[in-house]
Amino acid sequence: MEQLQKILEEIRPDVDFASEDRLIDNGVLDSIDIIAIVTAVNNAYDVEINVQYLLPEHFNSMEAIYRLICKLQDE
Amino acid sequence: MVINILEWLEAAAKKHPDRIAFADADQEINYAKLQRLAKTIGCRIVDQAKRRGETWRNRPIAVLIDRNVESLILFMGILYSGNFYVPLDDTMPPKRISLILDTLNPVLVIDSKEQTKLQAENMTSYSELTQGEADSEERLAAIRANALDTDPLYVIFTSGSTGTPKGVVVNHRSIIDLAEQFSKTFSFPKEAVFGNQAPFDFDVSAKDIYNSLYHAGTVQIVPKQYFVLPLQLIPYLNERRVNVIIWAVSALRIVSNFKVFENCIPKYLSLIMFSGEVMPVKDLKYWQAALPEAQFVNLYGPTEITCNCSYYMIDREFADTETLPIGRAFRNTEMFLLNQETGGQITESGQTGEICVRGTCLAMGYYYNPEKTTEAFVQNPLQNAYPETIYKTGDLGYYSESGELMFIGRKDFQIKHMGHRIELGEIETAVNALSFIDIGCCIYDEVQEKIVLCYQAAESCDKRIVQGLSEMLPKFMWPNRYLFLEQMPMNKNGKIDRTLLKKTYL
Repeated sequence: MEQLQKILEEIRPDVDFASEDRLIDNGVLDSIDIIAIVTAVNNAYDVEINVQYLLPEHFNSMEAIYRLICKLQDE
Repeated sequence: MVINILEWLEAAAKKHPDRIAFADADQEINYAKLQRLAKTIGCRIVDQAKRRGETWRNRPIAVLIDRNVESLILFMGILYSGNFYVPLDDTMPPKRISLILDTLNPVLVIDSKEQTKLQAENMTSYSELTQGEADSEERLAAIRANALDTDPLYVIFTSGSTGTPKGVVVNHRSIIDLAEQFSKTFSFPKEAVFGNQAPFDFDVSAKDIYNSLYHAGTVQIVPKQYFVLPLQLIPYLNERRVNVIIWAVSALRIVSNFKVFENCIPKYLSLIMFSGEVMPVKDLKYWQAALPEAQFVNLYGPTEITCNCSYYMIDREFADTETLPIGRAFRNTEMFLLNQETGGQITESGQTGEICVRGTCLAMGYYYNPEKTTEAFVQNPLQNAYPETIYKTGDLGYYSESGELMFIGRKDFQIKHMGHRIELGEIETAVNALSFIDIGCCIYDEVQEKIVLCYQAAESCDKRIVQGLSEMLPKFMWPNRYLFLEQMPMNKNGKIDRTLLKKTYL
């Protein structure tokens, strides 16, 4: 999770990822951020986030993103 | 001859009163109701002027836009009142909005969504302006009787290199020309449904609105979140039977980047146009593979020439390493290349020059900004017999062997970043306004598509810079990479050595 936090903060230094839990619903992240996050996560964790996972529930918080990564790594 | 775009609205309301004109995720409005509401808004604006003891003609009225039908209804209502609209995004930092409002000095600021935190003079709202009936038809008719096709239709603000955004003034004539040439050039479906992606404060959206009005079509406003997480984007286009899209290249690339067609393929799309940046061939191929029957069109042009001045219909296969041409000028528009050293016209292929445009498509200039206007809107240097204005785009191009115009880049520090037109100077002005920064300089990494800020300060302070910038600049202008330097490199002329910065850090 620490590594993920670092990745996210590099993309959006202005966001408090530890506490924000409505990243999509509140419009905190935009399409540019999502592309950057997905690309960075795919590279760092050797996973592939497919289009079917591009839903708010997987991106609303750092924890949700982390859960998605774990799920994809298990597969 | 059509002299006011409301004539299209009125023709559509007469012929297809029940057809949906505008729709968003939650609601829709047909042409008959649109006309009635727009007239009501026109009357209420006339009332407001009267109450202040004034008559407003060709005055700016700002609209705090959202991705909703109300914004579009307000645009039409403002035109009925004999004034022009200025779309503003109130999620921009207050400092930038006030810079714009200071330049604009609007007679009214209308909130389309009724929940703005913005404090401005002369504020009113959609619900206030839709009260009552269109009870002064004669006054609206009198306003129209005095209308000229050279009256402004909208002002759209774009990034300015000195830190102040520039308002591009576009009149009815230019938009009428745009829709007429589009309809002559492209085959729109019989009942055209436009899937609007561009925010209304970008002129890309004017193509959806006015091509649709011209064809008595429908504008479906696609919710913004579908471009953030695009899983539901294509199902939405299918559900709304969208058959035409005129999108930013960056929006089409979201689809190809995430391989969105693996999940769902558009059912109705037959015409796909894109602009704003150079479309990478591999992204285009991804779209073409899914929609082999659709017509794809590369459009080119800055806001100052009313959306687009040239087009290239994709008519052959391109290799991934090739660049798409920006093609040829629309009918009733001329584009030519000027040699930057000699000022002469370039006609042979392969030689680089500045792309210049002449014709009805030219905007009227920048609102309350004569300096910037005379820099870019100049007398045609190829003839001095009579006054004739051309627009110097600042873009560089050349003719290919086959005579197609090719775009290569900018002659100044303007960039295109994720669909946004940005003057690096505007970012630098904001950075240099921060008290803890000695000096900042932005360079653009075109390969990584990142705005890189090099700054000299007492210590590294990336986070403080972002916090500071978030109060002055919209998010799309924030740097994507921060480089702390103890000493900013200078060249012999005492200017920041950008060439060295680029060579060292990109």
